[in-house]
Amino acid sequence: MSADTAVPAPTVEVAGLSLRQLAWRRLRRDRGALIAGTVLILVFLIALFAPLITSMIGINPYDFDATALDPSKGSLPAGPWGSMSWEHPLGVEPLTGRDLLARLLYGARVSLFIAVTSVIITAIVGTVVGIIAGYKGGRWDTVIGRGTDLLLAFPQILMLIALSPVITQRLVAMGLAPDVARVFYLIIVFVFFGWPYLARLVRGQVLSLREREFVEASVAIGAPTRRILFKEILPNLWAPLIVYVTISMPTIIAAEATLAYLGVGIIEPTPSWGKMLADSVRFFTVVPSYLFIPGTALFIVVFAFNVFGDAVRDALDPRAGRG
Amino acid sequence: MSDTGPLLEVRDLHVRFRTRDGVVSAVNGMSFTLDAGETIAILGESGSGKSVTAQAIMGILPSKTATIPQGSIRYRGTELVGLRERDYRQLRGAKIAMVFQDALSALNPVTSVGRQVSEMFRVRGDMSRRQAKAAAIEVMSHVGIPDPARRFNDYPHQFSGGMRQRVMIATMIALRPSVLIADEPTTALDVTVQAQIMDLLKELQRETGTGLILITHDLGVVASVADRIAVMYAGRVMEQGNVDEIYQRQANPYTVGLLESIPQIDERVGRLPAIPGLPPNLLAVPPGCPYHLRCAMPIDPCFEDPAPPFTQVAPGHHSMCWRAEEVYAGERVAR
Ligand SMILES: Nc1ncnc2c1ncn2[C@@H]1O[C@H](COP(=O)(O)OP(=O)(O)OP(=O)(O)O)[C@@H](O)[C@H]1O
Ligand SMILES: [Mg+2]
Repeated sequence: MSADTAVPAPTVEVAGLSLRQLAWRRLRRDRGALIAGTVLILVFLIALFAPLITSMIGINPYDFDATALDPSKGSLPAGPWGSMSWEHPLGVEPLTGRDLLARLLYGARVSLFIAVTSVIITAIVGTVVGIIAGYKGGRWDTVIGRGTDLLLAFPQILMLIALSPVITQRLVAMGLAPDVARVFYLIIVFVFFGWPYLARLVRGQVLSLREREFVEASVAIGAPTRRILFKEILPNLWAPLIVYVTISMPTIIAAEATLAYLGVGIIEPTPSWGKMLADSVRFFTVVPSYLFIPGTALFIVVFAFNVFGDAVRDALDPRAGRG
Repeated sequence: MSDTGPLLEVRDLHVRFRTRDGVVSAVNGMSFTLDAGETIAILGESGSGKSVTAQAIMGILPSKTATIPQGSIRYRGTELVGLRERDYRQLRGAKIAMVFQDALSALNPVTSVGRQVSEMFRVRGDMSRRQAKAAAIEVMSHVGIPDPARRFNDYPHQFSGGMRQRVMIATMIALRPSVLIADEPTTALDVTVQAQIMDLLKELQRETGTGLILITHDLGVVASVADRIAVMYAGRVMEQGNVDEIYQRQANPYTVGLLESIPQIDERVGRLPAIPGLPPNLLAVPPGCPYHLRCAMPIDPCFEDPAPPFTQVAPGHHSMCWRAEEVYAGERVAR
């Protein structure tokens, strides 16, 4: 038999690469992705080694420093720009004199931990539930659909404020320190209110994927449902999942700020970016740098996440142009 | 599993779909048998129930809307209608496999072709990843994919249409099924490639003795490949028999119309040019013969139930028509 000539593959050079290799290769060629990825890695490293870095510089997020404050101005930072100096590179917090750089670095730990953990758990829960609703359909879909409707219709902020003491106390009773308990409370809350969005998104995708012929073909080769869900459908969901993750990371940090502002977020003395943002608003007119510091940090991380997320999504699409 | 009777026997199969507008009677008493090594072509206009019949045999009808109220499908004597999903899964791929019309949509866009061919070995053959890869490369080369080892990790979009169809065929014949259903396997392809794919199917069939059910619009393909033809209309077989027989002497006005409607055998016809009129609405199939509204020579009984009997006009040649004998005898089917 004579073979019909294969279309001169537009991607001859990438022939023989697995999707992971292909994606990796594409990412390495994407300058934006490289910069964004480097920034993210740096931020995560800084967060990880915050205690080490701060002690090397000789700063500490918890120590009050009255000398940097001016009692005559109502304990605002004595110097300009939040009293920036060699001793306090980014200035100090009004009223307490705690070092802002140290709080920023420690805050990164807390904020990123909350955001990353919540997003991962939400992604898993939302994806699994969404896949079940979309693929099983019928009663499953109805029950899950109603459930997500209910959760999405909830007055979330109100619930958050109302439930905060109850759940935090539970967690403390289970042996967690109060500030750690708050961190877990926030994660629980973000997952609880976050998964319905994702479940809906995934459900919609699965509904259309399910009708695609390759799923039918997979059924026709006798593949069990589990395999169809995870080998056929899931690989087609990476793109929306990555978009979701990149969008919700910053949303969660912002939500954490809102909650801190409302008094149900991270509690003293633990710093977080959200809490710094919330606290700084009151002092914006007198110490604008206090707001700009966590604001800039958040902006950089959010921006890097978006650039990187876009690049990963494109890199993971086998149909997308050149290698 | 008893080994009696033909390889596959479909008898009086009915398939209904519940839809928003009512019940669609997509298949209304389809019958045929298939022996090992044999090719039967199922022919008919769009909507005549060819694909639904294939889905019924594969057991992949949409479980929420489709029912089989009547009829039987036997594979080597085992009844498939009502078979438990778990048992059905053992048959699919391994014993009964299906080549889909459009390989591009039947292959997962984000999984490499090699992985997809290996899938069959992994799912059904209980092989390790490495064994499955070796087996997949072998079967890919067998269906004429050049340099399969190098192209193993390529994605469906990097293949030409013909190569993609070969990939699908490789997947489907991997476990040497005894029944292979090919639902319009070449309509999405160029004419020259069509011929190659048909040759490939034919050759594979010769090697393995697979029974092939070929669903097609392409009468040219039918003539060269099939042993027997079943002509479907509104979910029924109108005429069935040996290919050469039917090409020379039809015993049913519908088949006559169908064959007349091809201008030239080698001209490419994606969809058959229509016989005047439309097939009946399957939401309300009229009584009597489903073709009476378009038939050139209807008589009174055609308009009333029961539907005409399946008359044998020659050994192995049957037609569902009150006037089968007359048509077979060469009476002109006037327009
Ligand atoms: N899932 C379904 N729900 C409702 N009706 C359906 C469904 N699948 C098929 N049908 C109906 O059954 C009838 C037969 O469809 P089928 O796909 O078997 O036609 P076909 O002979 O394969 O046509 P084609 O040549 O266009 O592929 C059509 O009227 C179609 O609308
Ligand atoms: Mg069809």
